[in-house]
Amino acid sequence: MLDIKNLQVNVEGKPILKGINLHVNAGEVHAIMGPNGSGKSTLARALSGHPEYEITGGNVTFEGKDLLDMDPDERAREGVFMAFQYPVEIAGVNNAYFLKAALNAKRKHQGQPELDAMEFMQLIKEKSKLLEIDQSMLSRAVNEGFSGGEKKRNEIFQMSLLEPKLAILDETDSGLDIDALKLVASGVNAMRTPERAIIVVTHYQRLLDYIVPDYVHVLSAGRIVKSGGKELALELEKRGYGWIETGAQPVGA
Amino acid sequence: MTQVAERLQPWLAALEQRPQGGPRWLQDLRDRGASRFAALGFPTVRDEDWRFTNIAPIASAEFRPTGADAVHATEDELAGYLYSDAANRIVVVNGRFVPELSRAHALPAGVRVGSLAAAVTEQADVVQRYLGQLADFGTKAFTALNTALAADGAYVYIPDGVVLEQPLHMLFVTTASPTSGPIMTNVRALIVAGDRSQSRIVETYVGPRGSAYFTNAVTEIFAGEGSVVDHYKVQQESVDAFHVASMHIHAARSATFSSHSFSLGGKLVRNDASALLDGEGAECTLNGLYLADGDRLVDNHTSIDHAKAHCPSHEIYKGILGGKARAVFNGKIIVRQDAQKTDAKQTNRALLLSDNASINTKPQLEIFADDVKCTHGAAIGQLDEDAIFYLRARGLTYFEARDMLIHAFAGDILDRVKVEPLRVALEGELYAQLAKDLAEIDAV
Repeated sequence: MLDIKNLQVNVEGKPILKGINLHVNAGEVHAIMGPNGSGKSTLARALSGHPEYEITGGNVTFEGKDLLDMDPDERAREGVFMAFQYPVEIAGVNNAYFLKAALNAKRKHQGQPELDAMEFMQLIKEKSKLLEIDQSMLSRAVNEGFSGGEKKRNEIFQMSLLEPKLAILDETDSGLDIDALKLVASGVNAMRTPERAIIVVTHYQRLLDYIVPDYVHVLSAGRIVKSGGKELALELEKRGYGWIETGAQPVGA
Repeated sequence: MTQVAERLQPWLAALEQRPQGGPRWLQDLRDRGASRFAALGFPTVRDEDWRFTNIAPIASAEFRPTGADAVHATEDELAGYLYSDAANRIVVVNGRFVPELSRAHALPAGVRVGSLAAAVTEQADVVQRYLGQLADFGTKAFTALNTALAADGAYVYIPDGVVLEQPLHMLFVTTASPTSGPIMTNVRALIVAGDRSQSRIVETYVGPRGSAYFTNAVTEIFAGEGSVVDHYKVQQESVDAFHVASMHIHAARSATFSSHSFSLGGKLVRNDASALLDGEGAECTLNGLYLADGDRLVDNHTSIDHAKAHCPSHEIYKGILGGKARAVFNGKIIVRQDAQKTDAKQTNRALLLSDNASINTKPQLEIFADDVKCTHGAAIGQLDEDAIFYLRARGLTYFEARDMLIHAFAGDILDRVKVEPLRVALEGELYAQLAKDLAEIDAV
C-alpha cells in the first residue's frame, strides 16, 4: 500500500530525514519510535503534505500513485489520514459542519453520493458512542476550548468517519491520561481491518500496550536504525534509546 | 488657506438655501448648525479624529442638496432592500419621507412611526425635547452640516411599556438622477424608546449601483429606563458613493441597547457610533462587520461613555479587506469617576486578503474610576495557515478551506443578527461580494 524509498526531508533548510525506507502492506500496523528529534513527526507530517516539510530526495508511492506529487487535500481524499499531534483550533467553524464537509469531500472524490444532514447525523450518532463524543463536542467550534484528551478523541473520531485506507497517528498518546489513552486506543483498534494500514508514531511504548503493532521501527537521526516485531518496543521500554543510537548500524542506508 | 476657503464656497452657498420655517427652536438649531459649519470647515488629516481619513474627495466635489424635488421611487425598486413583507417601515427617498412607500400597520396604541418633519408639528413637545440633544456639533462639521440642512427623516416614538413585536425598518434611499449631477442628502433619524419598551429597528442606507452621491446622516436614539433596543445599521450604498454617519445613543438606567453595524458599500465611509451609559445597569453592545475592496475606505469610530456604575459594554468589530482597501478603527471607552464596576470589553479584528490592503486601529481607553474591568484586543492579519492546512488534511481544497475560514470569521457577527430575514439577506450579499473579491484574487 505504502512504499517509501530513500525519503529525504528538510525543515527550514535543515536535513531531518536522511533516507527513510519503509514498506507498509494493507492490514498491518507499524509503530515508528525514536528519541526526541529523531524525525518521527517529520515523517508523519511529510507524508501528509505539510508545506513546511521540503522533500529533497526519494519517492513515496501510495497504492501505486506518486504520493509526493499530490496536494495535501488530494492525499486526504485518496485515503491518507493523519491524526495531528497538535490538532488546530478553528474559531467559528462548527465541528459537525466541518466533519460533514470533510466526509462529503471524500465521498464526492470517490464517486459516492454526498450525505444529507439526516444521513450524516445518523452516522455521527453511530460513530460517536465508541469514542464518547458528546453533543457539545459536535456543536462547538472545531477543537476550540477542547481539552487535550477531547482533541485527540476528536482526531480519532474524524478517522472513524473518514475511514481512511492509511492512517498515520502522530504522537496521539502525548498528553493523554490512561483513561483517555484506552479510549483512543479502542477507537483505533476498532478500525483495524485487513484493508487498512496504520502507522503509529510514538515516543513511548505505553500506547503500544493497547494498540499492538505488527512491526516496530526505530528512528534515529533521520534514519530507521532498527526494525523488528512488537517485542522491540518492550526492549526499548526496558533499555531506553541509548543503546540503539550508539551501537546500531543503520538499516537500508 | 485660500484653497480651503474656495472649497467651502459651494457648501456655504448650499447652507444659505437651508430649510426655513417651522418652530423657532428648530430654526435656531439650523442656524446654529450653519454658523458652526462655517466656522469649523471640513476636518483635515491634521485633526486627530480624521488622521487616516482624508475627506477631500467629499469637500472638493459639488453636491447639490436635495430639496423639495420630486421623488421617483417605486415599490419594485425597493424590493431588493426590504427584508420582510410584514415589517413596518419608514421609507425616506432623497431626504424626504415617502408615505406611499412606508407602512405603519397594526402598531400598538401611542406608537408613532413616520416622518420627522411631520412630527415636528404633530409631536412638537417630544421632538423639541430630544432632537439635537445628543448630536452635538460643537466640533463636528458633518453633524453641523446635517443639523443645518436636514429637512426630514425618520421618526420613531414608542411609549413607556410598549413592546413592538415586529421589527421596524427605516430605509434611506438615494435615487440618482442622471441629469442633475451628484446629490447630497442630509437625513436624520430620531428614535425615542420609552421606559420598559422593547423594539427592534433596522436602519438601511442604499443607492443605485454605479452612482456617486453623498449621504450625511445623523441618528439619535434614546433608550429609556429598562428598555430593550436592538438596532441594526446596514450601509449598502453604491460603491461610488460617500457615506458619513453618526449615531448617538443615550441609555438610561437598566436599558439594554445593542447595535450591529454592517458596512458593505460606499467608496469612502465614516461611521461614528457614540453611546452614553447614563444610568446604573445600562448595558451596551456595539458590534460591526465591514467589507471593502478596490480602493475603498471604511472608517469606524466608536465611543462608549460609562458615566454611571455597574454598566457592562461589549464591542466586537471585524473587517475583511481586499484589493487596496483601507480601514480605520478607533474604539474609545471612557469610564467616568462614578462608573465603578464597569465591565468593558473591546475586540477589533481584521482579515487582510491582499498584501495591499491595510488598517489603522487604535483602542482609546480613558479610565477615571478605580474598580473597573476593561479589556481590549486587536488582531490583524492573514488567514491562519495552520487552520488551512488542517482543513486540507481532511480533504477540503485550498479554496474550500479558505472560504470556510472567511465565512466563519464573518459568521461570528452575522449569527448575532436576530432579525432572520435580515440575517439571510446580509449573508447573501456579503458572501456574493466575497466570492467576487476572491475570484479576482485567484485570477491574479
